[in-house]
Amino acid sequence: MSEHKKAEDFAKEQKEISVSEFFEKNKHLLGFDNPTKSLLMAVKEAVDNSLDAAEEAGILPDITVKIKQVDENTYIVSVADNGPGIVRENVPRVFGKLLYGSKFHRLLQGRGQQGIGISSVTLYAQLTTGVPTKVWSKVESKKKTYYCELHLNTAKNEPDVIKEEEIDKEVVGEHGVKVEMEIHGRYRKTVEDYLKQTSISNPFAKIAYTSPDGTKTVFPRSLNDLPKPPKRMKPHPHGMEFGILQRLLQNTSSRTLLSFLTNEFSSVGSQSGKEICKLAKIPEDTKPQELDRIAIEKLIKGMQTAKIQRPPTDCLSPIGSAELEKSLKKEYPNAEFVTSITRDPEVYRGFPFLIEVGIVYGLGDEVQAKRKKENDDDKKEDVIELIRFANRVPLLYQQSACALTEAVKDVDWRRYNLSQSGSNLPSGPMKLVIHICSVWVPFMSESKEAVAAYPEIIKEAKLAIQDAGRKLSSYLSGKRRAGEQKRRMQMFDRYAGEVSDALAILTGKNDKEIEKKLRALVESRVHIKEEFVDESVEMSDAKKGIKSEKKP
Amino acid sequence: MAKEVKKELQKLGDKLLQDIEKKENPSIEIPIRALSNVVFDKKLGQLTLGDKTAKRYYFNVAHAKKFMQTAMVASFSKQLIDQNIHASIRDMFYNLKRTLPDSNENTFDEQSESDPIIVDLEVAIDVLREQLHLTTDRKGIVAGNVIIQDRGDNIDWSKLGSGGWSIPSTVDEITFKKVDAEFVLVVEKNAGFERLHEDKFWQKHKCILVGTGGQPSRGTRLLIQRLNQEHKLPVYVFCDADAYGAYIYSVIKSGSISLAHVSDRISTPSAKFIGLTISDVYEYDLKKATIKAKDVDIKRAKEMLNYEWFKKNPRWQKELNLMIEKGIKAEIEALSHKGLKFMSETYLPDKLKKKDFLD
Repeated sequence: MSEHKKAEDFAKEQKEISVSEFFEKNKHLLGFDNPTKSLLMAVKEAVDNSLDAAEEAGILPDITVKIKQVDENTYIVSVADNGPGIVRENVPRVFGKLLYGSKFHRLLQGRGQQGIGISSVTLYAQLTTGVPTKVWSKVESKKKTYYCELHLNTAKNEPDVIKEEEIDKEVVGEHGVKVEMEIHGRYRKTVEDYLKQTSISNPFAKIAYTSPDGTKTVFPRSLNDLPKPPKRMKPHPHGMEFGILQRLLQNTSSRTLLSFLTNEFSSVGSQSGKEICKLAKIPEDTKPQELDRIAIEKLIKGMQTAKIQRPPTDCLSPIGSAELEKSLKKEYPNAEFVTSITRDPEVYRGFPFLIEVGIVYGLGDEVQAKRKKENDDDKKEDVIELIRFANRVPLLYQQSACALTEAVKDVDWRRYNLSQSGSNLPSGPMKLVIHICSVWVPFMSESKEAVAAYPEIIKEAKLAIQDAGRKLSSYLSGKRRAGEQKRRMQMFDRYAGEVSDALAILTGKNDKEIEKKLRALVESRVHIKEEFVDESVEMSDAKKGIKSEKKP
Repeated sequence: MAKEVKKELQKLGDKLLQDIEKKENPSIEIPIRALSNVVFDKKLGQLTLGDKTAKRYYFNVAHAKKFMQTAMVASFSKQLIDQNIHASIRDMFYNLKRTLPDSNENTFDEQSESDPIIVDLEVAIDVLREQLHLTTDRKGIVAGNVIIQDRGDNIDWSKLGSGGWSIPSTVDEITFKKVDAEFVLVVEKNAGFERLHEDKFWQKHKCILVGTGGQPSRGTRLLIQRLNQEHKLPVYVFCDADAYGAYIYSVIKSGSISLAHVSDRISTPSAKFIGLTISDVYEYDLKKATIKAKDVDIKRAKEMLNYEWFKKNPRWQKELNLMIEKGIKAEIEALSHKGLKFMSETYLPDKLKKKDFLD
């Protein structure tokens, strides 16, 4: 008898793996790689969902986050919002089925995109504490609040509702959702950082937070208007890939290739449609469903070589330069200098995206003194704090793997008056905020922590950083100038007393009067000097060639 | 005289106050005190200051502090004159040194800061430090058959034992009661003065003996000038045979570069150089008592070859060139090589008899 197993033996062991089972074994792919991060993920997924829901419904978000410690490594995370609520039938699937959601199949800028987020927390809770996730949902049209407790059936990737009922008790007000999850984790300040950063990128949201030790923090809104809702976008030909195109071709109701192109894609009119067909060498009136693999390949090539307008950009919803600045000023009231810029949209792989950058410089005397004290041993300045956002969601992990970080390091900060050793992050009392928004942000993994390094994204991010850097630089050189000016004036003022006394003795006139006149003269000369200095600095800037670095 | 100085100080104050009232940058005009602005007046035989001036502004980062210091020194001096008291330049430094309000900056940190300000003020308003009632340490000694009056006391320069009279920094106000002498002998070194004093040289030769102790103080120079001008006494200067000795002579005679502005008031253009010269070294067989000249000595001698006031006399050119060529120098004490009394009994009488002077 031969020892080796036969294919039939294997067949007994081969069976389908459900997505849920896959993620059960690969929790880290969803971001649950350590206890601290797991707790944060629970908060983050719930808050992101709440923000998306309220914003899409045109409601100014009002979110309450509470974390309660149950025992050494167990916490209850509860997040409540004032969004539109979720209709009863959908609640179990939203919270208890992976890859269920409204966001995957559309091209629309939003916080979540795969429909994994919150249900993965349900799964994680079930894996660590076994306590079912509790959900309260109230929609405006119903009188009662729907309540359920659920697990996730990993084998079937379906929700397992353990208990459900309609209750009279008001849990979330007129409308909204509250979710409560009991999970293993470890509490760290990162939760607060995340909420603070979320408040920066969502200035129209109010977030109330209660930490495990009972401390209450409110991150107020600095803006009372919701951003203009982003529009959905049809795919752009430049971003097409085989699989997607094949599916679109199969499902279209258009009868010819040309009408398929003009109907299903953005930025394609009859002219560019004809050009694509011509370049692909496929007749315009071919039935979409009849294209074979080779024809589809040719069509993709045609799409990529044809001259097609950029995708529409009204599908993007940036924070906005003024809004970001206002928000940063609210969050860092002691900052010395705050600036921000919003770039025009650009395109990668047919997806429009847009970069925003904010700079907070000088973090107030207190913080600086503290930092200085901590750094007394090695006199080196700390590197700046980088705050990354993607579609308004703070990215808290994998900073060094992120394309946005790469862009920051690529910039020569020395020309903006910051110190920088090699191509590291620059040093100084500064926070740099960088936000990418897109209908599809290319993340490195499902836990959505690092943006993939598309050259178009890095290039655009660098330009944005340089725009903001120039503003910082002119502030810093102005500050230095003002400092010199101030020192100069202080010197003249310091000598005024002695000079006045001496002149009083020499002339026999009243010393107080002389001093008054002399100090007035010192005062009046401040402005003369400033104008003069301004001129010379502009000249030297031009010499350094900073001006040549304008955006293309 | 005091009244005029007070007026000058007042004028300076008024000018600065006007600048302030006219909202202009207050400035003090100060003649430049550097070789580039020093001219040798052949007719007078003196160094004088040229007409180049610089302005010291209040609203100029590089000037402001000195501006303040100048004003402070001027007002300090005005107060001294008002009260008719004198202060040493060191007193003044301590009196004016203080910390400016809300800072750790001092008005003056070192006396080396306040001393040049006094000279600045002198040239700016064209008065003498002595007239500003500022004094320096006593430097220089004198002995001879002279009776003077100083602050009401009669002092007999012939009856001061071994010491001689210490010359104060201000000699404007002393008066000569009796002067019984035929010439003035100025000795560069205190040791040389001691030697000649002990040997009663001034008695034997009917002269006034002045020891400068190196570079003569202004008081000493003024005293020499007064003896020369008021009592028509010829002045002979006795220095080392090196560039520094020759310069000491020229300072007494023509004034110094750094104090060119006061030359006319304290120099003695008719003063003559009696020795020591390098020629004397060979003449009196002192070769063995010479010292090898250092690089700085040679450098200084070369510089002086080009000074206009050393150019006019070929004998000076010869002596300076000898210093450079032979690379030697000789101190006046070198004369002791021939015996302790050689200086007072042989060398000087011989030179005086031969009238072997350098002009």
